[in-house]
Amino acid sequence: MLPDHAKLLALLQDAGEVVGRKKWQKIVYISKKLQLPLQEKYTYHMYGPYSEELSMRTEELCSLGFVTEIKEAKAGYYQYRYQLTEEGDTFLQNMQLDWPRREAKKITSRLNEYSAKFLELVSTVLYFDELPKEDVKEKVHKLKKSQNYSDEDMEEAWQLIDSLK
Amino acid sequence: MKEGNRKLQEEKVFKDPVHRYIHIRDELIWDLIGTREFQRLRRIRQLGTTFLTFHGAEHTRFNHSMGVYEIMRRIIEVFDGRPHWQQEERLLCLSAALLHDIGHGPYSHSFEKVFQTDHEWWTRKIITEDTEVNQVLRRMGDNFPQDVADVIEKTHPNKLVVSMISSQIDADRMDYLQRDAYYTGVSYGHFDMERILRVMRPTEDQAVIKNTGMHAVEDYIMSRYQMYWQVYFHPVTRSAEVILSKILQRVKKLREDGHTFFQQPYHFQRFFEGTQTLEDYLCLDESVITYYFQMWQFEDDSILQDLCERFLNRRLFKFVEFSQNFLLNKWTRLQELFREAGVDPDYYLVIDSSSDLPYDFYRPGEEEERMPIHLLMPNGRLRELSRESDLVEAISGKKRTDHKLYYPKEWLESPGHKETKQEIKSMLFSGNEQVEPEQEA
Repeated sequence: MLPDHAKLLALLQDAGEVVGRKKWQKIVYISKKLQLPLQEKYTYHMYGPYSEELSMRTEELCSLGFVTEIKEAKAGYYQYRYQLTEEGDTFLQNMQLDWPRREAKKITSRLNEYSAKFLELVSTVLYFDELPKEDVKEKVHKLKKSQNYSDEDMEEAWQLIDSLK
Repeated sequence: MKEGNRKLQEEKVFKDPVHRYIHIRDELIWDLIGTREFQRLRRIRQLGTTFLTFHGAEHTRFNHSMGVYEIMRRIIEVFDGRPHWQQEERLLCLSAALLHDIGHGPYSHSFEKVFQTDHEWWTRKIITEDTEVNQVLRRMGDNFPQDVADVIEKTHPNKLVVSMISSQIDADRMDYLQRDAYYTGVSYGHFDMERILRVMRPTEDQAVIKNTGMHAVEDYIMSRYQMYWQVYFHPVTRSAEVILSKILQRVKKLREDGHTFFQQPYHFQRFFEGTQTLEDYLCLDESVITYYFQMWQFEDDSILQDLCERFLNRRLFKFVEFSQNFLLNKWTRLQELFREAGVDPDYYLVIDSSSDLPYDFYRPGEEEERMPIHLLMPNGRLRELSRESDLVEAISGKKRTDHKLYYPKEWLESPGHKETKQEIKSMLFSGNEQVEPEQEA
């Protein structure tokens, strides 16, 4: 248990504040695909790669008081805002984690600048990264019809991935 | 060349304690059941170590897969002739339902954690590579195995089909809740599936429930909630799972350290090296694992010996619950104390969290995180379930997490290291947040 929880705290600390559960899900997935040592298991869902393990672990961190979750009402849905608490910071220090701080900071601060919708695209592209580019495009168009991603959006996603590798 | 499917001359019927009968009318399905990869599921229990808590829980992935197939068959009967449903997807749905767990291995949850592998990956391989399952599926066309794998992986473009096997109210969940309740003998887990099936409707993106069926779905959500706390998250099962993981972890460590095994872990060899083939994976089942555990009781390593003996004879760890204060102020010291007393905390002091378990609670529409259950309202619009149901809304907001610290209680009571053990006990049992709850099922 504990080291995996601590890694999420470290990632959140590097990201600063994360607004939105979907964004948090995608940031963790993309960071994992970019070789940060995260363990959460992902499977593909309606909105791209999703980890139930991450959802539970985040809830656990909130219930332990290591992360704050602020719920905000939006039109038709709720949005959640996550931040590390002082206790979370103390716990992280106690754990003496072997964490690639510099790379993590570079990845998370950059990802945090983008919208959840764009990160959904980036994570979906990464999910199919064993396929040739043209097949990935086809997959995205088929699976993400309602999101209307353009070819330019996909090129931007690949550029972002390349710049973070 | 596409050979296609034939109707069986006579329908085959399996007796089933949950659904009464399972009906097979297609040669394709009948032949899939007969493959060696599917028959292997008879040797893998559905609930892993739960049989150590609920002695009836000996049912297998085979039983469950057959049950999911039967529910899917009945959903298709309801959908037939309705808008958005394409009858030509029938065999795709039935095959995916039957094969959705084909990649599960023995005690797969612990095994996957230790060996960094996952059953979804093996499922895809079994379906798309050179196997008996693949040969049977290919009769429907060269792309058919890929389509079945895509449905199971939820990457198939037909989202309705995907939702019938993998959503928050699907054939998989409806079978395992009822089946697990039946075999564990608990009184939770029952709901009116007949009613749910009757009010299930196809839409472009997912299967939805007519609003008149809301109370049947409430019952299903309630059953799910109770089963999670009473069966799936049961602390004794988790203790067995902890010991199982630690056995595998210990074997892995001993091998890395060059230990000479009395009983070589042949079946695990390539998993240690990361060079495992599909055939290696298919050779593993619970009887193989149990054989090794039997033999390792006599291994020249006291930790491995002890852990295997504990697992086989159900001498499990006890547990306490803990809070933030414990993690911030006591956790490090407690590990030191175990070491001082000559007990390795890596194996004998284990934190287990709800996130370590492979189950999920109902999640309403939380910002496009997961697709929720939708009710079809009389005006044709869709409404997320918890927006209409106070009961579901109340359950959705309930605490869904817990943490337990497992340790060998009888060791604490044994002679030796008196002062250290006293300090350990005071840390484990003192404070309001740390109690020692009842453990029996």
